[in-house]
Amino acid sequence: MGQDAGDGLISFRGVQKTYDGEILIVRDLNLEVRRGEFVTLLGPSGSGKTTCLMMLAGFETPTAGEIRLGGRVINKVPPHQRNMGMVFQNYALFPHMTVAENLAFPLAARKLAKPDITEKVARALAMVRMEAFATRFPQQLSGGQQQRIALARALVFNPEVVLMDEPLGALDKQLREHMQLEIKHIHESLGVTVVFVTHDQGEALTMSNRIAVFNHGIIQQCDVPSQLYEEPANAFVASFIGENNALAGTVESAGDGLCQVRLADGSAILARQGDAGGPGSAATVSIRPERVELDDAVAGDPNRLPAAVREMIYLGDHVRVRMEVAGNTNFVAKVPISHVSPAMTVGAAMTVGLPAAHLRAFASP
Amino acid sequence: MTALDDTQATAPGSVPLRVQLRRAERITKLKYLGLIAPLAIFLAVTFLWPIGALLWHSVDNPEVVEALPETTKLLRSWDRKALPDEAVFAAFARDLAAAHGNPALAGAAKRLNMERSGFRSQLMNTGRKLRVEAGQSAKAAVLAADARWGEVSSWQALARNSTPFTAFYLLAALDHKIADDGSIVHADPDQTIYVEILLRTLWMSVIVTLISLALAYPLAYLLATIPSKSSNLLMIMVLLPFWTSVLVRVAAWIVLLQNEGPINRALVGLGIVDEPLQLVFNRLGVYIAMVHILLPFAVLPLYSVMKGISPSYVRAAVSLGSPPFRSFWKIYFPLTLPGIGAGGLLVFILSMGYYITPALLGSPREQMASYFVAFYVNETTNWGMAAALSTILLAATLVLYIIYSRYFGPARVNQVAPR
Amino acid sequence: MATLRQHLLGMTALVGTGLAFAAPAQADLTVISFGGAVQQAQIKAYYEPFTAATGIKIIPGEYNGEQAKIKAMVDTKNVTWDVVEVETAELLRGCEEGLYEPLDFAKIGDKKDFLASAVTECGIGTFVWATILAYNADKLTTPPTSWADFWDVKKFPGKRSLRKGAKFTLEIALLADGVKPAEVYKVLATKEGVDRAFAKLDQIKGDIQWWQAGAQPPQMLASGDVIMSSAYNGRIATAQKEGRNLQIVWNGSVYDADHWTIPKGTPNAAEAYKFIQFASLPKTQGAYSQQIAYGPVNLKAIDGLDAKIAANLPTAPKNLENALANNGQFWVEYGEELEQRFNAWAAK
Repeated sequence: MGQDAGDGLISFRGVQKTYDGEILIVRDLNLEVRRGEFVTLLGPSGSGKTTCLMMLAGFETPTAGEIRLGGRVINKVPPHQRNMGMVFQNYALFPHMTVAENLAFPLAARKLAKPDITEKVARALAMVRMEAFATRFPQQLSGGQQQRIALARALVFNPEVVLMDEPLGALDKQLREHMQLEIKHIHESLGVTVVFVTHDQGEALTMSNRIAVFNHGIIQQCDVPSQLYEEPANAFVASFIGENNALAGTVESAGDGLCQVRLADGSAILARQGDAGGPGSAATVSIRPERVELDDAVAGDPNRLPAAVREMIYLGDHVRVRMEVAGNTNFVAKVPISHVSPAMTVGAAMTVGLPAAHLRAFASP
Repeated sequence: MTALDDTQATAPGSVPLRVQLRRAERITKLKYLGLIAPLAIFLAVTFLWPIGALLWHSVDNPEVVEALPETTKLLRSWDRKALPDEAVFAAFARDLAAAHGNPALAGAAKRLNMERSGFRSQLMNTGRKLRVEAGQSAKAAVLAADARWGEVSSWQALARNSTPFTAFYLLAALDHKIADDGSIVHADPDQTIYVEILLRTLWMSVIVTLISLALAYPLAYLLATIPSKSSNLLMIMVLLPFWTSVLVRVAAWIVLLQNEGPINRALVGLGIVDEPLQLVFNRLGVYIAMVHILLPFAVLPLYSVMKGISPSYVRAAVSLGSPPFRSFWKIYFPLTLPGIGAGGLLVFILSMGYYITPALLGSPREQMASYFVAFYVNETTNWGMAAALSTILLAATLVLYIIYSRYFGPARVNQVAPR
Repeated sequence: MATLRQHLLGMTALVGTGLAFAAPAQADLTVISFGGAVQQAQIKAYYEPFTAATGIKIIPGEYNGEQAKIKAMVDTKNVTWDVVEVETAELLRGCEEGLYEPLDFAKIGDKKDFLASAVTECGIGTFVWATILAYNADKLTTPPTSWADFWDVKKFPGKRSLRKGAKFTLEIALLADGVKPAEVYKVLATKEGVDRAFAKLDQIKGDIQWWQAGAQPPQMLASGDVIMSSAYNGRIATAQKEGRNLQIVWNGSVYDADHWTIPKGTPNAAEAYKFIQFASLPKTQGAYSQQIAYGPVNLKAIDGLDAKIAANLPTAPKNLENALANNGQFWVEYGEELEQRFNAWAAK
């Protein structure tokens, strides 16, 4: 199973969706999902990610554009013929059927022989380690157990694609993290293509091969997790994924992938050109808290700014230092415990260094 | 302060603490009882009492015992084979003399006339004419007043009513009677009616229930799935029939369905039929009107159950490869069974008691059990028969309810109800 | 035991009457009759003149002859009906059962002034009415002349209507089968006679649409739902006055009297007597027959009637030629059994 671009399995091309004929929930969707990939659609609620999933499942019809599966346009294929397993937010386990009957349901719909069904159900239960619960009813199971059964049911008929609509939302934090890994491992061992919808960036980063970040019905950026974090394409992605310090300013000059930004307090700094415009346009420079440098380390850095410490929070392996920098009172730096100096006290004046390699200028949202 | 001291003083021994707890709980219990007392009293007065009265009336048989106390006392130990002896005749003569002119005697005459037509005049005439002359035996005097007292069957009828309770009415309501020899036999073929009426009542109720459910199901589904703005309007339209009296609606159906009514005129006018169709004063008319009146009772429980079923169940079924109809049948339909059960039971039980609609829209072949209850209460003042028929109807309904709860009972409903 | 039973009885009675009969103001008289055209005529001939003459206000009420309501009132000793119109069988039965006051005729008039059948222990007749054969002359070109024609579905195709009940229906069936009026009750008192009546009814069972209220036959005849019907003669006469072309066949009519009674225990017995006395005068009885085609029971009123009106009354000698007098005592005796059998027959 290759990983080259030619092996695209699912493809959205120019897809639009509106419910009322006025507001486009999905504005212009273009996305390729490769065979065997785990792609997450990430975004705040109302960003259009769930609508995309529903169009892929066949429960919603695109207003414009086309959706392809393995090269075939499936806009008009009814959902029950798409052969996609789906895991719902509330699991949607059939309450009047036992666990085994729930798992047998998609197999019976495909008219498999009784012995086949029994065997596949047993295998699917073994996969999620729920063999002992075959005769229970869903209400007799805990949330995590129901989640496992829902997963097994979506996989039991060996679908090409599995769709998951915020499947872990109802679980507590510990269980959720456990299930994230379990789903990730199942994906890796089965090689099935997964399209996963969530609003939890941590979940997305943990599980995905690639993440498509949605906002206002448009994919803001689609990339592997490390790229999204390190090389966000715009201010929304930078602030939605991970923690971020933003300073407002104006572009003074640009060129060679770098630009000079004059901040509100009058100081000028050099940053990598994100999607900020030409000279004169408003921009936001942003930097991750762990990339901020303090006092001793800043000597050689041209981007130096005065800062006043407002708060220090001890977190064991590091200290979160909240400062006021260039008018932003919520500027945070993560300082490894080994770099903490006695001079850092609340109220102390310091100098922060913002290495240009990690500083990006984005168009102001 | 005292309470505190007490607690401290008695804390080591656990018994007083338990007593205190019980006292505290008793107050709470009394509060709860006080809260439900008005309802309990209301139910007792409006529900249990009338039902008790109903059951009582179906076996109550005081008339003959009250009018002829001495005679009935003696007849209780009579062998019911040959004519009773002089002592009974003498007691009978004394009873009649005492009861003459008393409405109690007419009550007994009316009761005995149910055993055999003609008994009324036999007793009343005897009461008027009977004179025991000096030296004459009571038997001779009674026979002189009315020769029918020479028949053993007259005395057997009296003997059957010599106790204050009788199975007469309940047996009659099941087309049976007590023969002269005391055995229970089937009523005369030309007098049998109630078993057939009961079966007809059940059958018609089943049909009305099935039609109502078939019509209510898609409607309830529509109500449960469309946006609430439109569903509220539709719901008002569903409930609209509740705001008009049953009588008005029945009268409206007569106007609509009669031979010269708008429906028939339209059908004839459009050339669809040559002769007006018989739409009313037959079973069709009764079904139409009953379904119309009872439909909301099927819609509402179905609606509330469907409203609670998440659309993701059917979506899940479809996404798992099951075609829409199979998904409906295997997933949605089973989840609505509690609603079907509740709505069906409601419509069925209400149908069982229907009276006005069949009375006005049906022919005699459409009359259900309640019609005969009303007949006996209003027209013949025979509360015993009315109560017996009601008792049989009540028993039939209870049996069906027990069957229902077997299949749709709490245990099953819980299992099926969506979370 | 007895007290518990009385309580239960009282309870049922309360439920039965539905507490619908609020007590009237003092000295107002509640007079209950069969309603409709009958009541309209009574208001004109009796109620209004009575109130004018005595100042006693009358509250008119109506019922369909159900004795249950009266029994409930008498049993619970809460009698709010003061004067009630009843049919003969109910009168006889109710009198025996103690529902009605035995009447003191000294307060009403001379017994000799009335038809013999109008004077009974608990009631005084008020008018004579008849169940007759009526037909719509607009729909039938050949007029039927007897109950035998009523049975002739070949000569007169179409639905016909009879009262839903054994009373009168069985008599009519026997008359149609050729039984002489004088023999009808003798035949009906035998099992064979009853079988004969039902066998006769079987012949036209499928063509019968039953009526229950007296107002129904003229309406069903006028609308064309049925071509012939048994009916109360007064209702047909009223419909004729309203311009309907309905006709009466007097041959084989079954006549009876309705009676005024006083339910036992009414607090207004004195006023009730006054009313009954007033309504039994030749003058008021004559006025009543002018309002509706029912015959007076006061012999002096019969003598004083206008010849044209008299000819349309059930009591006219010509109308009585082949008529059958209803035997109230027979129905007291056999009513329950025959009504039960009728119900069983009709329900099949």
